[in-house]
Amino acid sequence: MSKSIVIKGGTVINRSSQEVADVKIENDCVVEVGKNLKGDIQLDASGCIVSSGFVDLHAHLREPGKEEAETIETGSRAGALGGYTALVAMPNTDPPQDSVAVIDFVREQGKRAGLVDVVPSGCITLGRQGESLAPMAELANAGVTLFTDDGNGVQDAALMRRALEYAKGLGITLAQHCEVAELTKGAVMNECSCCTDLGLPGWPSIAEELMVFRDIELVRITGASMHFLHLSTMRSVELVRAAKRDGLAITAEVTPHHLSLTQELLSSYNPVFKVNPPLRSIDDIRALKAGLLDGTIDAIATDHAPHPRRDKEMSLDMAPPGMLGLETALGVVLAEGGCEIRDVVALMSWNPAKIARIDAEHGRDVVAGIKANLCVFDPQLTWSVDPERLASKSINTPYVGRTLRGRVRHTMFKGTATVIDGQAQK
Amino acid sequence: MKHLRSIDELGLDGLTGLLQLTDHMAEINQRPVPKVPALRGRTVASLFFEDSTRTRLSFETAAKRLSADTMTFNVSTSSVNKGESLRDTVATITDMGVDAFVVRHKSVGIPWQISQWTTASIINAGDGAHQHPTQALVDCYTIREATHAQNFSGMKIAIVGDIKHSRVARSNIQAFTLLGANVVLVAPPTLLPPDVSHWPVSVSHKLDEIIDKVDVLYMLRLQSERMAQGHVPTLREYSEQYGLTQKRVLALKSDAIVMHPGPMNRGVEMQIDPSDVKNSLIHRQVANGVSVRMAVLFELLGSGSSLGGQA
Repeated sequence: MSKSIVIKGGTVINRSSQEVADVKIENDCVVEVGKNLKGDIQLDASGCIVSSGFVDLHAHLREPGKEEAETIETGSRAGALGGYTALVAMPNTDPPQDSVAVIDFVREQGKRAGLVDVVPSGCITLGRQGESLAPMAELANAGVTLFTDDGNGVQDAALMRRALEYAKGLGITLAQHCEVAELTKGAVMNECSCCTDLGLPGWPSIAEELMVFRDIELVRITGASMHFLHLSTMRSVELVRAAKRDGLAITAEVTPHHLSLTQELLSSYNPVFKVNPPLRSIDDIRALKAGLLDGTIDAIATDHAPHPRRDKEMSLDMAPPGMLGLETALGVVLAEGGCEIRDVVALMSWNPAKIARIDAEHGRDVVAGIKANLCVFDPQLTWSVDPERLASKSINTPYVGRTLRGRVRHTMFKGTATVIDGQAQK
Repeated sequence: MKHLRSIDELGLDGLTGLLQLTDHMAEINQRPVPKVPALRGRTVASLFFEDSTRTRLSFETAAKRLSADTMTFNVSTSSVNKGESLRDTVATITDMGVDAFVVRHKSVGIPWQISQWTTASIINAGDGAHQHPTQALVDCYTIREATHAQNFSGMKIAIVGDIKHSRVARSNIQAFTLLGANVVLVAPPTLLPPDVSHWPVSVSHKLDEIIDKVDVLYMLRLQSERMAQGHVPTLREYSEQYGLTQKRVLALKSDAIVMHPGPMNRGVEMQIDPSDVKNSLIHRQVANGVSVRMAVLFELLGSGSSLGGQA
């Protein structure tokens, strides 16, 4: 039998309780939550929160295809350091995740790394081309529960309708990257006064909102379930709020960067701030935060998008969009998200685990008997990011020079400490 | 001053200072031997990633008249086509010993990015639809020369055409308004940026409504690709609404000035020969290009040295 671990003196946050307690882990499970527990290994958690491990609905791990930017192993390590125990791997790999072979490969690489559960998402359309459906039943049989063409929105409304109808029969969820492509050709940043000054093509809010609206109506007539990825605008939040009021099976996420960074950063000409959807206005940020508070937004997801240094040294129009997120998400959300710690745990663990349908092992209350997927974090600790010291293979973090608050101290994945005192254990 | 990347960065004092310095350069250019040793030993590299005739030639001429050495980077034969990154290219040329880069690129922001990778001065010779500060200096100098006005207060300047995609317009709007002019933008809404409410300008969609009220009519080039992108239905329709026709020339105030940054699209925005316009300054714009760019190079690279003497 392996050594027992006790997490000492943290505040355990569960759905209906919050108390200082020790958490004892044996093998891969929590065996006891209580006072004065003893174990072979003790991890100090005084001043810290103990919660279920975080679940990221939106991670680009880049393998297979762009291992120069990230591998499943380096992305998993970045995730563990960010308090994550499960990452949904986005399907815009090369080849894309539209076949069982690629799905199995991604999952196996995740197991080999052994730092988090890597949960591959599947493509909605073959090759993410938006032309014909991917073999969703086959992929669903291989365990895929979340399907998306992320990076592209499915443009063809008839095809999206068919996809939703088909998905309903399989009991899976489709996740949309909302962007009407005709409205964003060549777009670099939000369409705003700043893009007027810079002479850059704008990415108007309406390009997101039109697709949010279209898909809400498609959900209404198909009865399927739908998740909206990385919402970024005020009206998107309003549309989703109204759809939920109508009782539709819709969930939505926002990213830490859309809660904390604004469009004006692009006037530094630094492509690290180029992201899709683009950074928006302060009014949009306020609306997204209000959406977090009233439950319109279900999850905070990173859209972790590593890119090699040379790609982000290209011009604003040529550089690929995307920024790192896994290692900074908690610190950004606690510093700037404007929610209570309990809400943060709900948004980063409980709700996304449910959306990804991995809530048998993730996002559980910390009680005896659960799989020991846990995050221990200090919610007050302030820190700043050194891009060269990130575990990610890439350095494209937009948070250099900003103070973050809240840092992961220990992460437990299936009973094994993947992170102790902020250090990755393998 | 280390770099010249935008008019904004230059400010009113920098702008008027350069216009005054240009007077000295214009005087040098009228000498029998228009050459001074002011920048002897300095090296100016032209990095043109986009086609240019007049801007590149006028910078090179300006550098030579100040006795600087010049280096021309030709993109079609360069390592960029072998996959070398812009950063590596800039670092390589910097290592050869360069004091200033004159940069033109189709992408917005390149001059700012490059200035992080080199110790040399950066002169923006046009970045995407963003800025073209030396063109604005040329235009301000040319208006000043023609009107003998030290500042432009009370002057009404119309900029006509594709504002949305024009770096010349963005630099000139900043420069003209800094000098006190009232600027009116004249274009169909599709050729205006999405939101200009924060710019200190007025907007008109009808050239004929303002043509008899302006002191300067500044025509912009319309690129034919704008039709394919649906910004205007046809060139003929654009030309009818916004082109300079003989009829419109007659509607101008008698002392109104006509300008164009070139290259002109004859038959599109210019339906007449510019020489038919009494107060066309289009040739002066080209002629002043060298003097203005001499002033810029001297300002950035001529620290401590005097302008006097013969080369």
